[in-house]
Amino acid sequence: MTNPENKPRRRFLGRTGAGTALLALAPGVRLVDLVLAKDEDEPASDETRWGLLVDANRCTTGCRACVSACEDEHALAKTGRNRLDPQWIRKVELVDESNDRSLSIPLMCQHCEDPPCVEVCPTGASFKRADGMVLVDKHTCIGCRYCMMACPFNARSFVHEEVTGQKSYSPRGKGTVESCTLCVHRVDNDRTPACVESCAVDGHGALAFGDLNDAESTVSKTARSQPHRELRPDLALNTGVRYRGV
Amino acid sequence: MDKIRFQVLAGTHTGYRLLLWLLIILIGIGLIAAHHMESQGHWVTGMDNRVVWGLPHVFAIFLILSASGALNTASISSVFGGSDYQPLARLSGLLAVTLLTGGLAVLVLDLGRPDRLVVAMTYYNFSSVFAWNVFLYTGFVLVVLIYLWVMMTPQMRGYVRSVGMVALIWRLILTSGTGAIFGFLVARDAYDTAIMAPLFILMSLSLGMAVFWVSTLTLCRWNGYLLSPELSGKLRRLSALFILGVLYLVALHHLTNLYMAHHQGIERFLLVDGGVYPWLFWLGFVLCGGIVPVWWFLDRRFSTPAWTVTAALMVIVGGLCHLYVTIIGGQAYPLRLVSGYRVDSGFYDGEITHYLPSLPELALGIGGVSLALLMIVVAVRILPFLPTVTGSLPGSNQG
Ligand code: SF4
Ligand code: SF4
Repeated sequence: MTNPENKPRRRFLGRTGAGTALLALAPGVRLVDLVLAKDEDEPASDETRWGLLVDANRCTTGCRACVSACEDEHALAKTGRNRLDPQWIRKVELVDESNDRSLSIPLMCQHCEDPPCVEVCPTGASFKRADGMVLVDKHTCIGCRYCMMACPFNARSFVHEEVTGQKSYSPRGKGTVESCTLCVHRVDNDRTPACVESCAVDGHGALAFGDLNDAESTVSKTARSQPHRELRPDLALNTGVRYRGV
Repeated sequence: MDKIRFQVLAGTHTGYRLLLWLLIILIGIGLIAAHHMESQGHWVTGMDNRVVWGLPHVFAIFLILSASGALNTASISSVFGGSDYQPLARLSGLLAVTLLTGGLAVLVLDLGRPDRLVVAMTYYNFSSVFAWNVFLYTGFVLVVLIYLWVMMTPQMRGYVRSVGMVALIWRLILTSGTGAIFGFLVARDAYDTAIMAPLFILMSLSLGMAVFWVSTLTLCRWNGYLLSPELSGKLRRLSALFILGVLYLVALHHLTNLYMAHHQGIERFLLVDGGVYPWLFWLGFVLCGGIVPVWWFLDRRFSTPAWTVTAALMVIVGGLCHLYVTIIGGQAYPLRLVSGYRVDSGFYDGEITHYLPSLPELALGIGGVSLALLMIVVAVRILPFLPTVTGSLPGSNQG
């Protein structure tokens, strides 16, 4: 079994000069190295638990800012066949079964603490980083799609055809599975995920990102002061993405 | 009592040669299909991001289950002292190995990256039941090969029972493991049940017997070997029993689901208004693959080889329908994404997925079946798998 968390840390993405490093490494770049490579002395730490707080009260029907930002950031081009398009994040319209109230939420990988996708993956290509990010190592994914069967949220996509124009920090490959990376390449450089940024720029501010383990972070404070929930609490996944107003 | 001798398939039947060529062609087409799927990507199949396992998986799981079940006769012969089953024990072992190989070939060739087979063999996540199955499958082939060798080597006769026991236990674990692949999918209402493992064991027993009937009766006919009426009667009753067992567990599964509030939607979908799935379930599986063959297996008027083969073929078709409903119907029905909420609109969320198998998928599945059959018909020409005389050998326990 591979345990990416035990692999030697390599300095691929230092805080300075990340751009040059990326260009140089682009052709053979391994996602698993990228995500482990925050800094030689600074591996992903289990003291951090990255999380997202979605405020459904602020999210509006019809707005797709987060989806577009994700598509741009990760070069998720449309395939021309709707059913096969990559969906790292999608908008879902919900209706409350008890009072018919409708709301709109973005849905992406929930970065489960007990991720069913990781549990079932035969090769260990699906893995959870110490800081809670659930990722796919594109080099050991054999494309069996068992993780897609196991994910309760349909959060994963299979790459059904050749991809072009992919970003070096976000490798993709035909025949492998992919999903929201929480923009690990940005987060490891002290930036927020692209969806969070675009939602704020559009003035909605429905997405908050931060360290759930850090009592002083905005997400933690909001999470403490306001009621929020997991989408499927019955499955006890302890997801890193939480929803307010749902 | 007659002494049983085994021999290679004699003569070259026209039928045999035709079959050989047909199988080679079908395997060729299957390989072309697999290559097409790999080079183009899976967009050429009917699968998408909602129905991620399609027709190839129906065939693969059918073959894997049948492989384990095909070993019934050998197990009864060597483990449970059923000496009159001995003439068929070798064939039974041969079927187990070849069917499993066919099933695995389909599974591997359907992977998004079949070229990474080495990765699958070298990187293991031991919490994954899928990874365990890789061991179970390869181990099974090995165990049954040893079993066959022991059966075919006079000096090794003393070990037949113990090796047979290992094979028996191994295959029970293997089928439970295959069932557990689905049992682990906690978020899918169709599979979220402990019945999956025992159900898969019974399905394997019943499907394995069916495949065994078709191949054994055909091969024995070519070889001029007649099953004794007693043995044939016993095996027919056994087949009926296994089918009834499957029907019982399936009924139990659906009835318990009906009592679970959240599972009523999927039950309605699969059994009542889900389009093709209720048809396949009731007509294909329950009627053609269940009630009718049980009747024919139990009624002496239908005890001729021709009727028996027909009944067995119906069990096979019914089993494929059942697997189709379970595997594909279970995915076509939408997930409950958010407790307490209906998904009103969204990109294919909250909707039934319409899956239409594509030709390459069908070709790959049939290619896998053909591979298994080709291995059988070639093996019986090379090694003495086929019995030459009929009769039972009381007291013999060497099969
Ligand atoms: S949401 Fe799905 S893909 Fe993401 S961690 Fe949970 S099970 Fe895995
Ligand atoms: S598709 Fe890839 S990531 Fe998913 S379970 Fe299979 S090997 Fe793991």
